[in-house]
Amino acid sequence: MLTLAAIMIDGVIYASWLFLVAIGLTLIYGVMNILNVAHGSLYALGAYAAAWLVGEYFLAGWPPFASFAVLIVAAAAVGLVFGTVIERGLLRFMYGRDEIVIVLVTYAVFLILEDVMKLVWGVESYMPYQPRYLLGNVSIAGLPFVVYDLCLIGVAVVAGGLVWLGLNRTRLGKLLHAVIFDRELASAMGINVTRIFTGTFVVGAMLGALGGAATAPLISVSPGIGVEVIVIAFAVVVIGGLGSIEGAAIGALIVGLGRATAVHMLPEIELFIVFGVMSLVLVVRPEGLFGRRVVRKI
Amino acid sequence: MGGGGRTIPALLVTLAVLLAVHPMLPGWAVNMVGLSLANGLAVLGLLVIMRAGLVSFGHGLYFGLGSYGAAMAATFLGVTDAFLMIAIGMASAALVAFVLGFLMARYRGIFFALLNLAFSMLLYGLLVNSAVLGSTDGFSMPIPSYLGYAPVDATSRVSFLLYALICVLAFAAALVVHRYLQSTMGYIGEGIRENEVRVEYLGASVRRAIHIKYVIAAAITGLGGVLTVLLIGHVTPEDTVYWTKSGELVFVAILSGTGSVAAPFLGSMLFELVRTYALQYAPDLWQMLLGATLLAVIMFLPGGLWSVVRLARRKA
Repeated sequence: MLTLAAIMIDGVIYASWLFLVAIGLTLIYGVMNILNVAHGSLYALGAYAAAWLVGEYFLAGWPPFASFAVLIVAAAAVGLVFGTVIERGLLRFMYGRDEIVIVLVTYAVFLILEDVMKLVWGVESYMPYQPRYLLGNVSIAGLPFVVYDLCLIGVAVVAGGLVWLGLNRTRLGKLLHAVIFDRELASAMGINVTRIFTGTFVVGAMLGALGGAATAPLISVSPGIGVEVIVIAFAVVVIGGLGSIEGAAIGALIVGLGRATAVHMLPEIELFIVFGVMSLVLVVRPEGLFGRRVVRKI
Repeated sequence: MGGGGRTIPALLVTLAVLLAVHPMLPGWAVNMVGLSLANGLAVLGLLVIMRAGLVSFGHGLYFGLGSYGAAMAATFLGVTDAFLMIAIGMASAALVAFVLGFLMARYRGIFFALLNLAFSMLLYGLLVNSAVLGSTDGFSMPIPSYLGYAPVDATSRVSFLLYALICVLAFAAALVVHRYLQSTMGYIGEGIRENEVRVEYLGASVRRAIHIKYVIAAAITGLGGVLTVLLIGHVTPEDTVYWTKSGELVFVAILSGTGSVAAPFLGSMLFELVRTYALQYAPDLWQMLLGATLLAVIMFLPGGLWSVVRLARRKA
């Protein structure tokens, strides 16, 4: 019983983390049809920027509770700067080319950013544990949990909710749907597709950086953290269906609960679960659990 | 296929030169040429499916199956013969590809790439969790013998025999793939890339063609994996099956271009050379250099390095 409670709570926490990491990826794919390998770098950049700023912040001795704002500001700044530079400076020249070619372009960006981070922040690790330490622990059903980790659930729900509302309940969301449905026709109707693309990519980049910034207090931020994250984010997004926000949520829950079960019952198969589910979904429903079926054109 | 009938003589000359210069090469250079050829074989495998318009983001799966197949046979089954290890490594890669091929042949584009990625990560997860295989540290294998002959020079792993074996096998594989690409089955690949439906109308089975190509690609990449582990003598999951290895293979394939069977060897030779120097002098700039090169090739040289060779040939 205790194990079940632990699995549920651990699973939901992990799912929230996965969702935060994957939502930007699926948003960008959904609107722009770009499978962004550099999303892993944006995650890592967000983590680095947050770790570094939080470190400076606490050194300066300002009120500790405002450090959460520092995390969010770091993520927003990273997303804005790098998202704009990547989309305006590079990706816009690639539109209309093969999907695979664009994946390779973002892979190149990923490689470049890996070294940019080493040059900027060096190779030693950062441990911005303070924000997590600040909130303390709480006991649920007799099990101790870190409050910060539980807050991740809230952050994921808020981020997912905002994106969902933005897509489905606003004028901008309607424009986005028009662009997704038919890029050329949307453009002919007077929608500024270029601006929508830039905007989407920047928002996606911010979400990726937010995933990193929120994770920074949990880990030791060091070179290579984006390498592992990107394939796991791919798995989550593919399971839910490329480009679907609801899908990313379901995918994150499946992987999160599956992994938590594995960790508590059979730790050896932890990594196996993630990609096992991904393979299974691709085999049975290649378009993902929530994806749209696309008719193959002659 | 540019150059038509000139590819085979050119390959033969290269083989002769590589074998002839061996006594003059210092140890590190022998090692580097061997590694480039082995890696070039892995990329050659990728070239076979890329000619049909399919890119795999998980081809490290077959590289790893080759490496682990050979190394496990040596360490756990007591196989000492290099040829037997090669057969085992290639067979394990081909067998898995044959089974997965039924599935893979149904997928195209991004889904093909991702499904391969998923299976390679499954193998990675399996290897990382098997304590017997040293999990993330991998394990070492003994120096092999060749048809009963064990090299006396035990100081270095890379004997002339192994070097010659790699050169000859790389040459043989290049020859086979070259002939294959010029056969009807080979041209069907080009057709699939251009327009699948028309290939079907012409009476060929696209799925069957892709399945066959997939198995060939896996076997050749597996061979590259076996030869690499014979050279290094140690195998780890991260250097063989992890997605970064698969990414590296795709990188070299794009850099080389798919215009000729010689291109992957040329590309991986350059890759190894630059890597050796870059890791020594500017270890923190190596990946940046890779990324910038990849971007430059995609933007300005869609046919890869091979298109430069072709251009030079035309002028000559």
